[in-house]
Amino acid sequence: MKRTNELIVALAVLAVITVITWGVFAVGDNMPRGVTPYSQDVYQLHNTILAIVTVIGVLVFTAMFTSIVVHRRSKGYEPARFSHSTKAEVIWTSIPILILVVMAVPATRVLIDMEDSGGAEMNIKITGYQWLWRYEYLEDEISFFSALDRASNQARQIGSGINPRDVDNYLLEVDNRLVVPVNTRIRFLLTADDVIHSWWVPDLGWKRDAIPGMVNEAWTYIMEEGVYRGQCAELCGKDHGFMPIVVEAVSREEYDAWVASQRQGMADAAHDAARLWTRDELMDRGANVYQAQCAACHQPDGSGLEPAFPALARNGAPTGELNSHLDVVMHGREGTAMTGFGSRLEPQDIAAALTYTRNAWSEEEGEVVQPATIAELNQG
Amino acid sequence: MSQETTAHHDDHHAHHPTGMARWVFSTNHKEIGTMYLIFSLAMFLVGGAMALVIRAELFAPGLQLVNPEFFNQMTTMHALVMIFGAVMPAFVGLANWMVPLMIGAPDMALPRMNNWSFWILPFAFTLLLMTLFMPSGGPASGWTLYPPLSLQGGNSLAFVILAIHLMGISSIMGAINIIATILNMRAPGMTLLRMPLFVWTWLITAFLLIAVMPVLAGAVTMLLTDRFFGTSFFNAAGGGDPVLYQHIFWFFGHPEVYILILPAFGIVSEIIPTFSRKRLFGYTSMVYATASIAFLSFIVWAHHMFTVGMPLGAMLFFMYATMVIAVPTGVKIFNWIATMWRGSMSFETPMLFALGFVVLFTIGGLSGLMLAIVPANFQYHDTYFVVAHFHYVLVTGAVFAIMAAVYYWLPKWTGHMYNEKLGKIHFWWSTIWVNVLFFPQHYLGLAGMPRRIPDYAVQFTEFNMISSIGGFMYGFGQLLFVYIIWQCVRGGETANAQVWEGARGLEWTVPSPAPLHTFDTPPLVDDSVAVHKDNLS
Repeated sequence: MKRTNELIVALAVLAVITVITWGVFAVGDNMPRGVTPYSQDVYQLHNTILAIVTVIGVLVFTAMFTSIVVHRRSKGYEPARFSHSTKAEVIWTSIPILILVVMAVPATRVLIDMEDSGGAEMNIKITGYQWLWRYEYLEDEISFFSALDRASNQARQIGSGINPRDVDNYLLEVDNRLVVPVNTRIRFLLTADDVIHSWWVPDLGWKRDAIPGMVNEAWTYIMEEGVYRGQCAELCGKDHGFMPIVVEAVSREEYDAWVASQRQGMADAAHDAARLWTRDELMDRGANVYQAQCAACHQPDGSGLEPAFPALARNGAPTGELNSHLDVVMHGREGTAMTGFGSRLEPQDIAAALTYTRNAWSEEEGEVVQPATIAELNQG
Repeated sequence: MSQETTAHHDDHHAHHPTGMARWVFSTNHKEIGTMYLIFSLAMFLVGGAMALVIRAELFAPGLQLVNPEFFNQMTTMHALVMIFGAVMPAFVGLANWMVPLMIGAPDMALPRMNNWSFWILPFAFTLLLMTLFMPSGGPASGWTLYPPLSLQGGNSLAFVILAIHLMGISSIMGAINIIATILNMRAPGMTLLRMPLFVWTWLITAFLLIAVMPVLAGAVTMLLTDRFFGTSFFNAAGGGDPVLYQHIFWFFGHPEVYILILPAFGIVSEIIPTFSRKRLFGYTSMVYATASIAFLSFIVWAHHMFTVGMPLGAMLFFMYATMVIAVPTGVKIFNWIATMWRGSMSFETPMLFALGFVVLFTIGGLSGLMLAIVPANFQYHDTYFVVAHFHYVLVTGAVFAIMAAVYYWLPKWTGHMYNEKLGKIHFWWSTIWVNVLFFPQHYLGLAGMPRRIPDYAVQFTEFNMISSIGGFMYGFGQLLFVYIIWQCVRGGETANAQVWEGARGLEWTVPSPAPLHTFDTPPLVDDSVAVHKDNLS
């Protein structure tokens, strides 16, 4: 009599818990399937494991709530006296071990596949900086920085008055995208310049830490053209939340055309570094460079965030003498978040930023720094 | 009822100071336990307020309230305060109060050290919290203090490290005291395998503390010398290795997370038998499962850092070792359910929190098993999926167990019954809103939201709003807990010595409230008195 009672209740409880579980899965998001063979393996693995743990959870809760419904004092249920069963202990120790083996086998297979980064058709070096990424295409000899785009950067300031919903791909758009060809086995070499970052695009199926002094490896093979977005996943300071990653996967032809245009751009830049610039040209370019590279810490109006990030403009005038200012910008300042920009930016960008900071907030005309000066310093 | 006993004891201890001095100089395990518990509750509210700053900023996309630097200080401090200030002192407070009562000892083995263990803590937390008011601000690199980021901050890092050292000293002294008490001061007949499971889990926890707190001290000392004395342990440019820190930290950190949960297992193992009116199922296997979990905690640390780039063999080892933990943990959950099975259950507040613990901790355990799967971990790592996971095991795990323990033993401490109706409201309110708070975070993590970000892309808005609403409702609901305790201390229905009809164990043989001095004459313990009776032992 009691047994039937428990069985009926158990079935009812099972039904209720199943419905709740179904609801929990119906309203939520799941992991993206992704666009690489590896990400799809991970997606399958995730779903398998999730299904297994869900079934375990449902059965455990069914047993527990059946007991809660049936074995209660308010129904006059008399307590049993057993407190041990070797048979039960053996069963619920060994069955979980078997389930774990079932889980471990596919996990091991996918992991071994992921860890084999051989056979690369192209190599891209990724370097994390506070708070932007640098991409270097080792074969195609292209190199550029990729930072949060201007629209997001303006909208994300406290009191910006801009509704993030009005910004396209708020916080997930960059100025220069990582363009790669589809159906190509690409190896990534990851490192960092200052602190630990982590490069993560969910659609590629993995994240990997970028660590100063170390080079990590990972690979991908994107099967569909498209734009895939991610962001830094390791806390890297104040603007950790503002260093997105955008991968644009294109056909081989489009990729080749993109490489050609990048090369042309680099040639133009080399030419620019050598010629003499006017004050207005430098101020225009400097405003852009300053907003992209410096304003996060030193603030758009140069007022800084004391004491960590010093003000550049005091009483409307830039502080410090030009040579020391130049030295800090080129080589950074030890023990602070100020890194050297000498290797990060084009000479004309540094010259423009310096010219801008020495003129923008001052009544009087300040110094003009020419790209050629910086280029000389770089070589010396 | 208890007057006679108390008066009798006061003859022996007539020199007891009063007023502030009573608390400052106290060497009594009950008074020190009370101080630990009050301190813990205060820190729970401080850490909770920091969590509400975080959830308020994350209510909507865009930055509205705090700048990112302060946001990072909040995430860092919230974790440090909750782990070292709320959960650990609560367990030590419970151990102080209950371990001597449960094993029939008159006090802790080292009462003066006990006083010191507690009184270090307010100073440690003053040092830690005052960094928020320093020019360079509080620590902002996450509670793990990963270099090189943690080395970029200002001089406040030195205060944080000193505070961590003090907390470590306090924990180690507390652990030594608990081990010395349990091993030396058990009443005649209280053999190791007759001890209540709460005592067992604390004995094992204390060994974990002694093993790993010095490791944390070493790690943060290396940070200190790197930052202020020119060493390069973790500085790649000087030949150091940033990943070395992570290995050392997590060698401490993983046993630490079991320090935060094993006493909770003990509490639940006391409460479920009481309200099921049935002895704990599989007592001996519970003890062995606890010891196995403690052992395994030392060989799984690198599962916190699968993405740093480890050799394949190392990843496989740490994956398998981590998965194995599911076996002894599963044994515990099955044993609790077998204890309920065909019992005669009633659902007073401590039992409700214990049952809530079993369900919600299981959810956290299952997501933990998912996190062990390395290829999938490459997706889950450092996302809100992880945040959801560890809040399920820490809030609905450790914190629910602590609240269950408080309701369970409060009548013994105060001599009054708490308000059962309010207790039940507190349970249901907490359980509903804590799930609204943390369950959507699973979805956010799977959808791609990293943890420790002050602002997010707009597709994450809905679940963040739901989570924030849950956070505020859960958070303010805890003021009810404070009120219930205050009300119970002030008065209420008188509790008898037994308090709970189904409870077993020595703590229920002394009057309620427990007089300041108990078991001056040790009780005799045999199987009829023992809490647990495993047919094997």
